[in-house]
Amino acid sequence: MSTSPYMLPEKARHQDAPSHGLSINDMFPTAIPHSAGATTAVLQPLTAKMKTEHVNFYYGKFQALHDISLEFASNKVTALIGPSGCGKSTFLRTLNRINETLRDTRLEGSITLDGENILDKDVTEIRRRIGMVFQRPNPFPKSIYDNIIYGPKINGMLKGKNAAEIVEKSLRRAALWDEAKDKLHESAYALSGGQQQRLCIARALAVDPEMLLLDEPCSALDPIATAKIEDLLVGLKSQCTIVIVTHNMQQAARVADTTGFFLLGRLIEHAKTDIIFKNPSKKETEDYITGRFG
Amino acid sequence: MATPAAVVRPTRTLRKPLISGDELAKAFTFFFAALIIVVTFALVWQLWIGSSPAKEKFGFRFLTSSLWNPVTDEYGALPFIYGTLLTSFLALLISVPLGVGAAIYLSELASPRLSNTLTFLVELLAAVPSVIFGLIAIFSLVPLMRDYIEPALQNAFGSTPLFSGPAFGVGYLTAGMILAVMTFPFIISVSREALMAVPREQREAALALGATKWESTWQIVLPFAKLGILGSVFLGLARALGETMAVTMVIGNDPAIHASLLAPGYTIAAVIANEFTEASGKMYSSALVELGLVLFALTMLINGVAQLMIVLTTKKGSAKA
Repeated sequence: MSTSPYMLPEKARHQDAPSHGLSINDMFPTAIPHSAGATTAVLQPLTAKMKTEHVNFYYGKFQALHDISLEFASNKVTALIGPSGCGKSTFLRTLNRINETLRDTRLEGSITLDGENILDKDVTEIRRRIGMVFQRPNPFPKSIYDNIIYGPKINGMLKGKNAAEIVEKSLRRAALWDEAKDKLHESAYALSGGQQQRLCIARALAVDPEMLLLDEPCSALDPIATAKIEDLLVGLKSQCTIVIVTHNMQQAARVADTTGFFLLGRLIEHAKTDIIFKNPSKKETEDYITGRFG
Repeated sequence: MATPAAVVRPTRTLRKPLISGDELAKAFTFFFAALIIVVTFALVWQLWIGSSPAKEKFGFRFLTSSLWNPVTDEYGALPFIYGTLLTSFLALLISVPLGVGAAIYLSELASPRLSNTLTFLVELLAAVPSVIFGLIAIFSLVPLMRDYIEPALQNAFGSTPLFSGPAFGVGYLTAGMILAVMTFPFIISVSREALMAVPREQREAALALGATKWESTWQIVLPFAKLGILGSVFLGLARALGETMAVTMVIGNDPAIHASLLAPGYTIAAVIANEFTEASGKMYSSALVELGLVLFALTMLINGVAQLMIVLTTKKGSAKA
């Protein structure tokens, strides 16, 4: 058996152990300054942009999430994988508190953004800071321009700023500017599915979010559109912290720095992506990534 | 090149019936569909034939004259057209904000249980026969209007022609109010359906950008559902234009045009219902049939405008039906 430094101690592999992953600084040991004489600028400890502790989530009496503790490293892409119904989307939707708009739901535990509990903060401000992209492209039935400007408008971000500049900047960040610049005032529905999804990303970026949550953003798209969005995500992580839920393991392997594996509402394992795929510490993870179930 | 499979393929022509079931079904259902057109045309034809004496005598003057005198056999439709349009407009003025507001509450805010219960009651309201609304209007609404609401309106706005004149209790405003109550259930239940059909992703997209519940409802959900809501308004309007019994009981039956909303008036449907049995002369009954034709044309016109509006709003790409 391998003695990888990323493996959890034997005790944590017990079935009843609370589901939590490694601390992100355990996953990226090179990022920790080893000696006082270190000169390279990159040797900064990773900070956790967001941290969840002992999160339980209930739909009515059904418990969908069991004791999830997870850290999301700043400016990294974290992928959440697992079979359908494992709770990965539910977990993602607790992070910007969009799940609380559903009836008869309950959340326990704490979720902190930059050390502040998001459950104590104004929900609209939290959602402004944490953008979300959904499974199916869901542009508003408005023009491309109005889709982008909607977020800045309701958040009062247009004062003294040029709306057209925000639109251009957001579309460029979502790699849609060249395709959309000549039809900004046409309906968003005139775009193809992949373009619509990038429009939704641009719409989310227009309010300058610090985090971007993506819920299976490519499941309705063809491989070319998927590749464009994956490239985009890798480029975006310098500006924000990204969490992506995907049922496509290759996608997680391509874009994510760390990957968390969910099963039956529990976080089985969270580690660097290559560890998860090459040398997982849990049998369930190995079974899943080798295609034995799911 | 002939394959063995092609050679042994059995021929089924012997078992084929003379007319297949599909063709029979098609013919039958076509007959039913065609009936709709036949009945509509027959209706227009009858109205056209029945009204020809009046059309020949009065011509276009029928639509512009406000004289209605069976004694001298002089007939003009303007007071009735005015009364019909005014009462329907008043009805929508009251019932659209109330109905859409109630629909927003039922679809967006109320718990599903409360929403379903209230919707059931609203749909019961839509099934109440109009004569019962008329009866309630006569015994409850008319005294209420005469003794309290109309005097209050006169005190507040009496200087404007809209609320001048004596308070009879019956008249345009009372008819508009009872029509509002009658169109209200249609507007609520159709608007609620339209709002509930808005995908949850649309609401969540707005919320995820930092919109409040109200911003998401008002700026995203409502525009998305606007075609359905417009549909509900026109359904309500169609009912208001043609509503006969309840209006006849409270409109005041005065074939004249009054600026005041408190004054008694008349609608097309009401005058037909009231005067048909006593229409003795040929010209009298012909004039009433022509009124029927006018009401038919009015309804068609408004429905046409509605369809046009829907096409135009869809073309702009604002919302998909």
